[in-house]
Amino acid sequence: MGDNNGKSRILSIQNLIIKFKLRGQVLTAIRDISLDLYKGESLAIVGESGSGKSVLVKSIMGLLDKNGYVDQGEILYKDYDLAKFSTEKDWLKTRGREIAMVTQDPMTSLNPLKSVGKQIEECVVLHQGLKGKEAYKRTLKLLTDVGIHDVEKRYKQYPHEFSGGMRQRIVIAIAVACNPKILICDEPTTALDVTIQAQILQLLKKLQEMYGLTTIYITHDLGVVAKVADRIAVMYAGDIIEVGKTHEVFFNGKHPYTWALLSSLPQLGAKGEELYSIKGTPPNLFKEIKGDAFAPRNPYALNIDFVERPPVFKVTDTHFAKTWLLHADAPKVELPKNLQGFFEEGRRYAHGE
Amino acid sequence: MHMGNREVLLEVRNLDVIFGKGKSKYHAIKDVSFKIYKGETFGLVGESGSGKTTIGRSIMRINEVNGGEIIFKGKPINGKIPKNWDKEITQKIQMIFQDPMASLNERAKVDYIISEGLVNTKSYKNEAERLEKVRNALLEVGLLPEFSSRFPHEFSGGQRQRIGIARALVMNPEFIIADEPISALDVSIRAQVLNLLSNLQKQNDLTYLFIAHDLSIVRFITDRTAVIYKGEIVELAETEKLFANPIHPYTRALLSAVPEPNPYKERTKTIEIYDPSHHNYDKEPPSFTEIEEGHFVLANEEEIARYRTTFKIGV
Repeated sequence: MGDNNGKSRILSIQNLIIKFKLRGQVLTAIRDISLDLYKGESLAIVGESGSGKSVLVKSIMGLLDKNGYVDQGEILYKDYDLAKFSTEKDWLKTRGREIAMVTQDPMTSLNPLKSVGKQIEECVVLHQGLKGKEAYKRTLKLLTDVGIHDVEKRYKQYPHEFSGGMRQRIVIAIAVACNPKILICDEPTTALDVTIQAQILQLLKKLQEMYGLTTIYITHDLGVVAKVADRIAVMYAGDIIEVGKTHEVFFNGKHPYTWALLSSLPQLGAKGEELYSIKGTPPNLFKEIKGDAFAPRNPYALNIDFVERPPVFKVTDTHFAKTWLLHADAPKVELPKNLQGFFEEGRRYAHGE
Repeated sequence: MHMGNREVLLEVRNLDVIFGKGKSKYHAIKDVSFKIYKGETFGLVGESGSGKTTIGRSIMRINEVNGGEIIFKGKPINGKIPKNWDKEITQKIQMIFQDPMASLNERAKVDYIISEGLVNTKSYKNEAERLEKVRNALLEVGLLPEFSSRFPHEFSGGQRQRIGIARALVMNPEFIIADEPISALDVSIRAQVLNLLSNLQKQNDLTYLFIAHDLSIVRFITDRTAVIYKGEIVELAETEKLFANPIHPYTRALLSAVPEPNPYKERTKTIEIYDPSHHNYDKEPPSFTEIEEGHFVLANEEEIARYRTTFKIGV
């Protein structure tokens, strides 16, 4: 979607459709998505569970479940089209080496039978071709980089001897061990305490600068997004319905689903009053979706929303949204009350800078 | 708020909980005291391992208490108590659990899950009354009565949490301990469950102990909040006072770590880090002191003096 101030594109997803075969039925998890990732930025993908954010990044990593397949579209990275990769051998060209991932739960993503040092060294040996002493030294350096003290002792310890936050640091060390270009963080802090969360996010930011990483965050916590993201893509029912710079989506969001997500934040609620909540449930992805997927739950839905799928409308050079409300003939709608104040506050901050 | 005239529903006095014996002894809760007034929502926040769930479980009488008293409606509920009082509090104090995926019996139908408490305490006259109670509980949490013949796996996370709430409500409780009731739920479902909890509170005149680690939700839903660190309450105040004027360094660190949905603020914010070795408690041990009306903080005299000058609080 568009150009990003001349920054170079590192990954480009074009017209991607991903389907799953399930009990004789076909489910469309990703419905015709296009998205560019620019070098050095950090992009956050937000959405409810089931919106397809994890499926999207799994398709980039080649980790889709066996019954899932790319039906149409391209995922372009360097000279490769990842959507065409079929064998493990293909995927090993990029997975880990070029694109690495930090998973959600540090409790289950480490091998409990191997010392953490050995687990990190494994990657160093495999991907960087280092051996013996050099590999060991490099591992210690990685441990230091992710903020672990007393590294020689820690190298020999097993995952159960580490706390949740420390384990997540190890997982991050493994991910950056292969010097990847892109780092995908799938809910990196949901399993952690707030104080630890703040530390891990700070660490990820530091590593991004140190290693020149491009990062993709998957999260449903808008607070985390505000802290780390340069750009946001909002997903709903397998589609990216809005994408823009962080402040654009936060304080000048255009899609009613973005409004709904922001409105349901407790920070925007008034004490003692009902907190805004999205009525209804997400659509059934086994069925073909007509029009705007959010229309049945959308109080601002226009008639056309139930008939025709909205195209991408441009708001600014960096901000795009798929909603008919942006069409020239659409009626003007008033924002929800609590959002008006929130947007106003954002504008004040923007001018204050 | 007139604290003096309000009815105290639950009081915890000098609670001590110790796990293990001898060498592996672990002092989980150290001399914790607080009061919960009738009709309010009392928040308990802290990191994992701080002991907030242990306090909840002690009130539920799942954990043994090693010292101190828990008083409900003026009468102690721990230690040796008469049988009919035991039965009454079993019914009056209920709990809502964190993970709706793990807290419902997978092999039982919703009807059984909700009425298990009724059956155990034999608090219905005939089958028709039991069915009526289950039906009402389901309607109260916004589920259809037909759902009672289904199994938990047929429901979404939000619906399962509603079943968990219905199971507590069916006992007609006065006091509900909600242990992280929404942290396992999706953003949009969270709002629904929060609204449900506050509506039920108004309708049924409930009092909540709300245990959570997400401070934005605590701020939204609670009237008073206690911050707990390593088994000790370090600060307790009306929620708005606590958020507007946090005094204890741990509270300040905790509040500064909460990410706010505002990219401008987030980028410029500095995160405070709590260093427990700053306290000089060897010479002068701390006590729980009221620093302004209804605002308590764990500190020694030297610190109190410092807090008073730094934060400009009336004497």
